[in-house]
Amino acid sequence: MRAAPVNTIESTVTTTVTDTIPTPVPSAAGDHRLSELDVLESEAIHIIREVVAEFERPVLLFSGGKDSVVVLHLAAKAFWPGKIPFSLLHVDTGHNFPEVLEFRDETVARHGVRLTVARVEDYLADGRLTERADGTRNPLQTLPLLDAIAAGRHDAVFGGARRDEDKARAKERILSLRDEFGQWDPRNQRPELWNLYNGRHTVGQHVRAFPISNWTELNVWRYIERENIELPPLYYAHEREVYRRDNMWRAVSPVSPAREDETVELRTVRYRTVGDMSCTGAVDSDAASVADVVREVGVSTITERGATRADDRISEAAMEDRKKEGYF
Amino acid sequence: MTLVTDTPAPFPTTEAPLISEVPRGTLFRFATAGSVDDGKSTLVGRLLHDSKAILADQLEAVTRTSSERGFGGAAGGIDFALLTDGLRAEREQGITIDVAYRYFATAARSFILADCPGHVQYTRNMVTGATTADAVIMLIDARKGVLEQTRRHLSVVALLRVPHVIVAVNKIDLLQYDELAYREVEASVRQVAAELGIGADGRGSDGRGSLHVIPVSALVGDNVVDRSPLTPWYDGPSLLELLEALTVIDDLDENGRATEDFRLPVQLVLRPQGAVVVDPELADSFRDYRAYAGQVASGSIRVGDAVTVQPGGGTSVVTGIDFAGVELDEAFAPQSVALRLADELDIARGAVIAAAGTLPGVTRSLDAELFWLDPRPLAAGARVLVKFGTTVVQALVAEVTGRLDLTTLAVQPATTLAVNDIGQASIRLSRDLPIERYADNRRSGAFLVIHPQDGSTLAAGIVTVPGPLTGAGDGSGAGSEVSP
Ligand SMILES: Nc1nc2c(ncn2[C@@H]2O[C@H](COP(=O)(O)OP(=O)(O)OP(=O)(O)O)[C@@H](O)[C@H]2O)c(=O)[nH]1
Ligand SMILES: [Mg+2]
Repeated sequence: MRAAPVNTIESTVTTTVTDTIPTPVPSAAGDHRLSELDVLESEAIHIIREVVAEFERPVLLFSGGKDSVVVLHLAAKAFWPGKIPFSLLHVDTGHNFPEVLEFRDETVARHGVRLTVARVEDYLADGRLTERADGTRNPLQTLPLLDAIAAGRHDAVFGGARRDEDKARAKERILSLRDEFGQWDPRNQRPELWNLYNGRHTVGQHVRAFPISNWTELNVWRYIERENIELPPLYYAHEREVYRRDNMWRAVSPVSPAREDETVELRTVRYRTVGDMSCTGAVDSDAASVADVVREVGVSTITERGATRADDRISEAAMEDRKKEGYF
Repeated sequence: MTLVTDTPAPFPTTEAPLISEVPRGTLFRFATAGSVDDGKSTLVGRLLHDSKAILADQLEAVTRTSSERGFGGAAGGIDFALLTDGLRAEREQGITIDVAYRYFATAARSFILADCPGHVQYTRNMVTGATTADAVIMLIDARKGVLEQTRRHLSVVALLRVPHVIVAVNKIDLLQYDELAYREVEASVRQVAAELGIGADGRGSDGRGSLHVIPVSALVGDNVVDRSPLTPWYDGPSLLELLEALTVIDDLDENGRATEDFRLPVQLVLRPQGAVVVDPELADSFRDYRAYAGQVASGSIRVGDAVTVQPGGGTSVVTGIDFAGVELDEAFAPQSVALRLADELDIARGAVIAAAGTLPGVTRSLDAELFWLDPRPLAAGARVLVKFGTTVVQALVAEVTGRLDLTTLAVQPATTLAVNDIGQASIRLSRDLPIERYADNRRSGAFLVIHPQDGSTLAAGIVTVPGPLTGAGDGSGAGSEVSP
């Protein structure tokens, strides 16, 4: 057997010491009230099943980051005892953390699903894309993503985006219609009524589906703890050579070397989000276990993107602008 | 339960049903409503700020943008609406265009809040926010009182049977906290609410839900999180106190047990036929595995209970309830589960599994209340698609019979519905469906009207009168189900 059953009642006690959510009162037998995590989990499974039932070729964007790992886990639960009935897609910027790629491949193998990798570097090599002056490749993912969606003839694309991540994401529907250029039109979204999702679309359009729209960062971590979900090691405190830039700790790596005026130091850090090495920052942290992280997130005073993403600081509406162009 | 093993089942096994670490019944969803500029977004921002739900970097960004935009003139200040008005166009125009979802928790419970637009042009987005709400906060500018848009939104809320309605009479700072001015607005909104069947002590005839009126200043923060010393004449709770105290769902009894009849619309049939993720040694016992996956829409069911399946009217007994490798004794709303039945019935996506004897049959027609959300008007004869639960079928709008007059709140005869109208229509279906009154079951009585060509969602519908039963519904293929 793999990991021992999670004793969820025990974990409760340890995780609620410092955050704002009180210790639960044990419920009476036959009580039909669900916990917050159970409500969110069932909502997500319902969405995943709706999309699989109504679309012909769904695909899940899978980076190995915590949100996509959670969506994969939910998909496995939704179709148990059968296999996950769709494949995975990753847009590799060429700047990904090697330990995340390794984790990605292990996880894919464990679930017995197929992974397609679209590589930004192929596009840079033949000139379809050119490197940006600021070196970040995050915005460059859009074209390979749209090409991969078209090549796979995918009519629905699952993503792990959450509404609490950003003020533009806070506005997006659970099923979000995209035109043939992958564009999001925030002024003209389809009404989304009750839990009756309308996934109808015309040729060339596709739908992005966000099963964990209503989850917060804390919900995700509590769920990872409860379900004993494995993550890439860099989500937990570890020692790393870093330097300070844009008010965050950046990892020393071949694609993100320190400049001459930047001092490299060895610090104990962890990542709250995992993206492109060139624009994702680490935070000082001693949170070495999932319970530590739950505690840390519960009392954090800065949002995960604010703490770790340089690309969102470019302008007031950086995320909205990228999404309008077909980004996730 | 021994079915789940390490390879390659990805989740831990537990003996007991999944119990988790946050208290039960504590996720509360609410939405804002009311006319444009009445202060919805400001109130929501104030609520988030005063309940310490704004993180430092967000507050810094909003403070910076407020001062760049010259908010509050020379005195400065924070434009709290910017916390939810996150789109470029919203910030440029100073209005809300689409719903913003925000998340916060207090010591009492967790909240999902939907800040909706007030502008009539974006009524579709307000309806979007209201359909999933446990409570709606209806804002009224104390200086303007009840406007047409207030009546429209109150009508939506009443028809949707949103369990709780909190009227926030806002901007009382601009009326120098004058009690008489507040009482006047309070009286007129209570009058409108009563006409719409939103009762003071229990909504409508069934006594569910509630109506509350609170004087607030979203800008200053009076009675939002803390009770204000400036309104000594008001002795009720603050807005947050109220949100923490209201019951989450209105269909549980005092012991927390679901009272409605059990319904599970089948999303798909799980039939892995050997392609399973369980231990290879057990794979054989899963060769004939067949279960009906779906989210419980209402009520509860136990292993051993008898069920009826519609269309078709077949009956059987529940032999197992699976939740991803964990066997449950009981399932209840809103759990996503898979049911195993004793008999091999012809059940596909679109079928509804119900507690035996509670879903008598199917029908081919219905009378409905429609919230028309599309710029193209509706007239009799329109061919549309409707989505009920997990089924999409072709339908014909036989007749448009009336439209709500938002000035008098009376239904006037009408033959067409235009965008943002609330009206009544008779609809014929191409196929037998198990349909219920929305008043009896909020999940089974709600539907979408969809454009058959471009797929747009044209209207939100609620069933007022299901048509005559056409039998137990043998599901014979006379009609046409539409593939997605
Ligand atoms: N004096 C005063 N002004 C207020 C108060 N609440 C809101 N305002 C102002 O009223 C204007 C409109 O506020 P919003 O919060 O954007 O209104 P809204 O209801 O969200 O508007 P829409 O979403 O576009 O329908 C802004 O200028 C606010 O600063 C209040 O309590 N007192
Ligand atoms: Mg607003």
